[in-house]
Amino acid sequence: MTTTTLIFYILSGVLLSSAVMVVTTKNTVYGVLFLILAFFNAAGLFILAHAEFLAMILIVVYVGAVAVLFLFVVMMVNMETKKSQRMDRRYLLMGIFVGGVLVLELVVVFMSWNTSPEAFELIFAPQDGLSNTHALGALLYTHYALIFQAAGLILLIAMIGAIILTLRQRENVLKQKIGDQLARQAKDSVQMVDISPTSSFRNLESLDDSATPRGRTSRVS
Amino acid sequence: MVNVEDLLFLIGYTLLIIIPLLLAVAYLTYVERKVIAAMQRRVGPNVVGWFGLLQPFADGLKLLHKETIIPTQANPFLFIVAPLLTFGLSLSAWAVIPFGPGMVISNINVGILYLFAISSLGVYGIIMAGWASNSKYSFLGALRSAAQMVSYEVSIGLVIVTILLSAGSLNLSEIVEAQQNIWFIIPHLPMAVIFSISALAETNRAPFDLPEAEAELVSGYNVEYSSMTFALFFLGEYANMILMSAIGSILFLGGWLPPLQIPPFTWVPGIVWFSLKMSFLLFVFLWVRATFPRYRYDQLMRLGWKVFLPFSLLWVILTAGVIVIL
Repeated sequence: MTTTTLIFYILSGVLLSSAVMVVTTKNTVYGVLFLILAFFNAAGLFILAHAEFLAMILIVVYVGAVAVLFLFVVMMVNMETKKSQRMDRRYLLMGIFVGGVLVLELVVVFMSWNTSPEAFELIFAPQDGLSNTHALGALLYTHYALIFQAAGLILLIAMIGAIILTLRQRENVLKQKIGDQLARQAKDSVQMVDISPTSSFRNLESLDDSATPRGRTSRVS
Repeated sequence: MVNVEDLLFLIGYTLLIIIPLLLAVAYLTYVERKVIAAMQRRVGPNVVGWFGLLQPFADGLKLLHKETIIPTQANPFLFIVAPLLTFGLSLSAWAVIPFGPGMVISNINVGILYLFAISSLGVYGIIMAGWASNSKYSFLGALRSAAQMVSYEVSIGLVIVTILLSAGSLNLSEIVEAQQNIWFIIPHLPMAVIFSISALAETNRAPFDLPEAEAELVSGYNVEYSSMTFALFFLGEYANMILMSAIGSILFLGGWLPPLQIPPFTWVPGIVWFSLKMSFLLFVFLWVRATFPRYRYDQLMRLGWKVFLPFSLLWVILTAGVIVIL
């Protein structure tokens, strides 16, 4: 057994067992941490297949951003870790049914799946001297540019939808308006007044109203 | 199979990086205290050793023989793992840093992405510490830190994209070699500014040290930590500062390249130039800390998402356009 094969079996073993732990562990925080472990091992498998760009992107996007948000939410929610066994059994039948349908569909698909004999060689073959990153870039941005753009648009629509669903304009929120603050001049807010020592403070009421406090923190309605 | 000789060499190289790195971390804390003291017209540490030069070791020993306290309500496993993770990640990034031509442990094709991935993992140590401590202050600090680091990673990512567009490679050595004629700081000055500010936010340093704001959160995510576990967080933070300076000098200041390719400069070995550039950037880190007050949290988020993100996106498009035209 070569070192590569050994590493492959270690990575996939840890990957599968941590994936099982994600769904079976009672503590949701541990669940997310096992998910991260699974991502790491998947990245390791990518590196074994000489797809180092995909491996790094998997870690940057899924571990560095998506899983952080998962962890964020799971820690905030602070779910009760003890669950009664009866609750689990109630979903058992439905779960088995859905899982069975999925397995059946996969089997049906794979029955009619023809793999060409050279496909396995092609998976690992570098595209004529190009590095991994160059090859992926050429595929995505040259050959499939339109499809890639369409995928981007779909994501954009999803993002806008999510923002519209969650955005609510709250009243009485103090907001800092940087533009107003920077536009504020000394002459807008400070006025020099000559007061003779004998005059009273009341005379100041006759000041003109031009000194409006524009740059002040203003209420948003 | 791996042969034993290679393995021994690998361990040797690793030690050659880790030991100077740990010494640099120790003396960075000393330099920080001295520099800030000088800026505030104080003397700084001057009792232990000549000019206080042994102060870092005295501090380290003091930390080591304190008692490790694990709070009763804490999650002991994650509580211990969090500082280990922070420290381990801050060391593992150094595997791909080129100190000179060919002076790198692992010269991988996607070096810059590896660094980006490692720095984006740094947030886990902090979140785990905050959650496992089971303390309100820790948790608030961890949440702040998570949001802050995820936000500023976006702009660091776009900075990296502009650099790799200009260099045409993800390999760190090739990025340095691409700066033979001109350092990237000259055509990409605005991105250098964005990178340095984002680096401050990414390492949780002043003026973005909200996760450990001592005035509001006592000490943030590390409030429950003591002794060695605290020391590991501390070492990790300073090692990350050094790492960010190294990345900054590779991306913008030409790594190991001398400022001009003419004799008096080319006689100096590359690693010396690299260290000088890193030291300068580290000094900027300390200078900023002594100069600016802490940002407010909404200002921090506004800066990241409403200023840096649109501007760096624009700059990416501009760079790509210029490269296509040329």
